[in-house]
Amino acid sequence: MRRRNWFLFSALCFGFAFLYGPILSLIVYSFNESRLVTVWSGFSTRWYGELFRDPQIIDAALLSLRIAAVNATFAVALGTLAGLAVARFGRFRGRTLFTGMIAAPLVMPEVITGLSLLLLFVTLEAAVGWPSGRGVTTITIAHITFSMAYVAVIVQSRLSTMDASVEEAALDLGARPWKVFLVITLPIIAPALVAGWLLAFTLSLDDLVIASFVSGPGASTLPMVVFSKVRLGVSPDVNALATIIVGVVTLAVIVSGWLMIRSERRRERDVQAALADRS
Amino acid sequence: MTKWRKPDEVPFLRLEGVVKRFGDFAAVDGVSLDIYRKELFCLLGGSGCGKTTLLRMLAGFEQPTAGRIYLDGADITEAPPYERPINMMFQSYALFPHMSVESNVAFGLKQDGVARVEIRRRVAEALELVQLGPLAKRRPHQLSGGQRQRVALARCLVKRPKLLLLDEPLAALDKKLREHTQFELMNIQEEVGITFIVVTHDQEEAMSLSTRIAVMDRGQIAQVGTPTEIYEYPKSRFTANFIGSINFFDGKVARSEEGELTVTVPDLGRDLHVRSTRQLAIGSDVSVAVRPEKIVISRDPLDLPNSVRGKVRDLGYLGSVSVYRVELENGALIKVSAANTRHSAEREVDWDDEVYLGWRATSAVVLTE
Amino acid sequence: MSGAASEEPSGSGRRRAFWLSGRGLVSSIPYLWLLLFFLLPFAIVLKISLAEPIIAQPPFTPLFGPDGSLQATIDNFLFLLEDSLYIVAYLNSLKIAGISTLLCLLIGYPMAYGIARSPRAIRNILLLLVILPFWTSFLLRVYAWMGILRNNGLINNLLMWLGVIDQPIQMMNSDFAIYIGITYSYLPFMILPLYAALERLSPDLVEAAEDLGCRPWKAFLTITLPLSVPGIIAGSLLVFIPAVGEFVIPSLLGGPDSLMIGRVLWDEFFGNRDWPVASAVAIALLLVLVIPIMLFQRMNLRREGA
Repeated sequence: MRRRNWFLFSALCFGFAFLYGPILSLIVYSFNESRLVTVWSGFSTRWYGELFRDPQIIDAALLSLRIAAVNATFAVALGTLAGLAVARFGRFRGRTLFTGMIAAPLVMPEVITGLSLLLLFVTLEAAVGWPSGRGVTTITIAHITFSMAYVAVIVQSRLSTMDASVEEAALDLGARPWKVFLVITLPIIAPALVAGWLLAFTLSLDDLVIASFVSGPGASTLPMVVFSKVRLGVSPDVNALATIIVGVVTLAVIVSGWLMIRSERRRERDVQAALADRS
Repeated sequence: MTKWRKPDEVPFLRLEGVVKRFGDFAAVDGVSLDIYRKELFCLLGGSGCGKTTLLRMLAGFEQPTAGRIYLDGADITEAPPYERPINMMFQSYALFPHMSVESNVAFGLKQDGVARVEIRRRVAEALELVQLGPLAKRRPHQLSGGQRQRVALARCLVKRPKLLLLDEPLAALDKKLREHTQFELMNIQEEVGITFIVVTHDQEEAMSLSTRIAVMDRGQIAQVGTPTEIYEYPKSRFTANFIGSINFFDGKVARSEEGELTVTVPDLGRDLHVRSTRQLAIGSDVSVAVRPEKIVISRDPLDLPNSVRGKVRDLGYLGSVSVYRVELENGALIKVSAANTRHSAEREVDWDDEVYLGWRATSAVVLTE
Repeated sequence: MSGAASEEPSGSGRRRAFWLSGRGLVSSIPYLWLLLFFLLPFAIVLKISLAEPIIAQPPFTPLFGPDGSLQATIDNFLFLLEDSLYIVAYLNSLKIAGISTLLCLLIGYPMAYGIARSPRAIRNILLLLVILPFWTSFLLRVYAWMGILRNNGLINNLLMWLGVIDQPIQMMNSDFAIYIGITYSYLPFMILPLYAALERLSPDLVEAAEDLGCRPWKAFLTITLPLSVPGIIAGSLLVFIPAVGEFVIPSLLGGPDSLMIGRVLWDEFFGNRDWPVASAVAIALLLVLVIPIMLFQRMNLRREGA
C-alpha cells in the first residue's frame, strides 16, 4: 500500500512539473532583460512595454476578444438548445445524426474543419452572394460551430445528472413547458451555462488553424499574429503576452474557486443547522 | 359497511382498459379500476410491476397506448399535466432547489394566477398544516428529509387538487420517522378530504395506510380489496405470497358439500378440509393456503379437522412471536408462527421436537390457478 | 423510469401537438445550424476533391460543365497514391499520433489514479490544476517548448552548465520535439476521462481483492485496470484523433522532414493554392479517421444510454 502511494505521489509530482515547467519558464523569461530568451541578463519589464506599443498585437487582441465574446454568447444559446434536445426529448427523427454532429467537432482535426468551412463559405458566396468576402463574420460562424458542440456536451451532461422529476413537478403544478424551462431548468443549470460560455470564449481566443482558413484580409486574430511572430523564432514580447494570459486565467480560476468554496461552506453550515434543528 | 360498497356510489376516478407499451414491453397491460371519493388507495407491487407507470399516466407524464381515464366524470386521458386537477408528490420530492420553502409551495398557485394576497394566505395555511411555518424562508437543502417530505406535501395540498398522487411517499425516510409520518399522512388526508392514491412496494405500509389496495403484477391488477380482504382471502398464489407469508398444499378436490371442500393432498397422504362457498368440480386442481399464524403447534395431538405431524427443523425467536419451520413426514417444510403467551415454566416447543400442527377449516383458503 | 425515456405513442392530442411544435423548434435551430455549417461543408470538400485545379477564383473546376455534364475526376486521389510524400505523411502522422497517445497514457494514467485516490479535499484542486493549462493559450504552450528545446534553450544550457555535455543536443525540429509537444498539449484530454473512470471505481473493490489474498499490483492488474478500460479508450481517442491532423505542433517544433498530414494539407492549400488536392488530402484523412471517430461516437452513445 505504502509503496504504491509513493509511486502515485511521484507520478503526480512529475506530471505537474511537466505541465507547469514550460509555463513557468515562459513567465520567468518574460522578465528577462536580454532579447535572447533563454540567457538571463537581469530583471526587466521592457518587453511588456514593447508588447503594449505594438499596434498589430493590440488590434489583434481586441479583435479576438470581440469575436470570442460574440461566439461564446451564440454558442451558449445554440448549445443549450442542442443539449436540451439530446437530454430531454427522448428519441426523435434524426437523433443519431444530431448526436454525431455534436460529438464529432470535439475530435475533428482542425485542418479539416477549417478547410471544409472555407470551401463552404466560398461556395455560398458564389451561389447566394453571402457571406461576401471573409473576415470577422466567417471566423465567428466557424467558432460558433465547433464551440456550440462543447457547450452542448456540458449542458447535456448537467441535464442528465439533474433530477428530471423537478421539471415534472413544475408541469404537475400547472406550469407550461416553456415556463418550466425558464423558471426551473435554466436557473438550475445556470452554472453549467456560465462554464460553457467561458469555455467557448477560451476556445475561440485560442484557435489558430480554423481562423487562418476562414479569415480574410484585414482580419487577423491574436493567434494568427502570434503564430507569424513565433514561426520566425522565440521573441520575448510573446513571453510577456503569455504571462499576461496565464495571469488572467489564474486570477479567474482563483476567484471562481474561492466563490465555489465559499458557497460550499455556506451550504455545509446550512445542512448542519438543519440537522441540529431536527433533534 | 364502508361507503364504496354502496351500489349507487359513483366512482370518482375510473380507468378503463389502460395499456402502456414501451416498444414491445407492456408496462401496464389492461388496467380497469374504480376509485371513490376520499379513498386512500394503494397501488402495491414489486419493482417493474407497472405501478409507477400507472401513476405517471394519472399525472399526465405518460400517455396510455390504449384505454381511457375519467376523473369526476371528465375524460382526462389526453390532458397535459399542467391542466389536470391532479397533483403528485414525487419519490425524490422534486423540490425546486433554487427556491425557498415558501416559493416552492406558492409555485402552483402562481401558475394558476391566484391573487397575491390569496397566495400568501393559502401558503401560510398549508405550511401550518404540515407544521413548517417557521421554516418558510429556508431553501430545500437546509431541511431534513422529513421536513422536505412535508414541503412536498404542502406544495401539492395548497392547490387543493381533486386527486393527490404519492409515489413511495415514505421510502426516503428512516424507519422511526416513517411510522410517525404514516399516521400524520392519514390524519392530513382525513382533514383535507382529498382522494389519495399511494404507490408503494411496502406491504406493511399499504396495509396500515389504505382503505383499499390494488396488488399489481406484471402490468396487471392481481386483486383489489380492503387490506383485510387481501390478507384473509387472497385470490391467487401471487397475492397470497406477496402479502405476508403463507403455506401451500397442492391437491385435487375430492368432495364439495355444505360450503366445505375436501381436498386430497397426495404429498401429505391425507385430506384437508376447507370452508369455501366456491363451486368447484370434483377432481379440479387447487391449492390450499394457510397463513403461519393460523396454525396451532403443539407437542400433543390436536383435535382439529386438519392435522399433520412433523419435526421442528428451525426455530426463530422474535420476541412477541416465535417462528418455526416444521418438516413434515414427506419432507415438505411448513412455516408456523405462534405468539409467545406461555409461561416460562412450561417447556416450549424446541429444536427436533416431534410436533402436531393443526388448523380449522375456516383458517385456510382455496386457490385455483 | 424517467420522462426522458418516454416514446411517442400513436395517439394524438392537443398536448402532443403543442409539445411537438415546441420541441421541434428547440431542436431544429441547432440542427439546421450543424447541417449547414458542419455537414454540408464535408459534402463540398468531397465535391471539390473531385474537381481539377485551375487558375481562377475559385481555383477549381465546377462539378458540372457548361453543358451540364458531370466532370468529376479521381486524379487528385491517384496523385496522392503516386507521390510517396503523401503516403509517408499519412503513415508518419499515424505513427506520431500513436506514440504520443501512448506517452500521454503512460504519464496520464498514474496521475489520474493518483488524483482519484487522493483525499477528497485536495482532489478538486489537483483536477483544477490539470485543467488550468487547457484554459491558457495552446499556441503559447507549444511556443514555451521552443524556448526549452532549442540548441541554446533551457535544457541544453542547463546540461552544459552542469558539464554533462559540451555540445548542445539537437532536440528542436525533430520528431522527438513533436512527441513532447503533442503529449504536453493533449495530456489533460487523457487525464480527465481516465479520472472519471477511476473515480467511479469504488476503492472497496480493490480492498475486497486484497482481502481475498490478491497482492496490490495484481489487484491493480485484475481489478482496476480492466474496469478503467472505457476511460483508457475515451482518453486515447480524444488524443489520437486530433493529433493525427495536428498542424501547429509539427510546424513549430518539427523539422523539415517530420511530415505530418495536417501540415501537408496546410501547405497544399496556402502554399500551392491547390484546393482540389488539399480537399483530397482532407477526405483521405477523414477516411483514415472514420473508424476511430465512429468508435468515439459509439462510446458517447453508450455512456448516454448507461
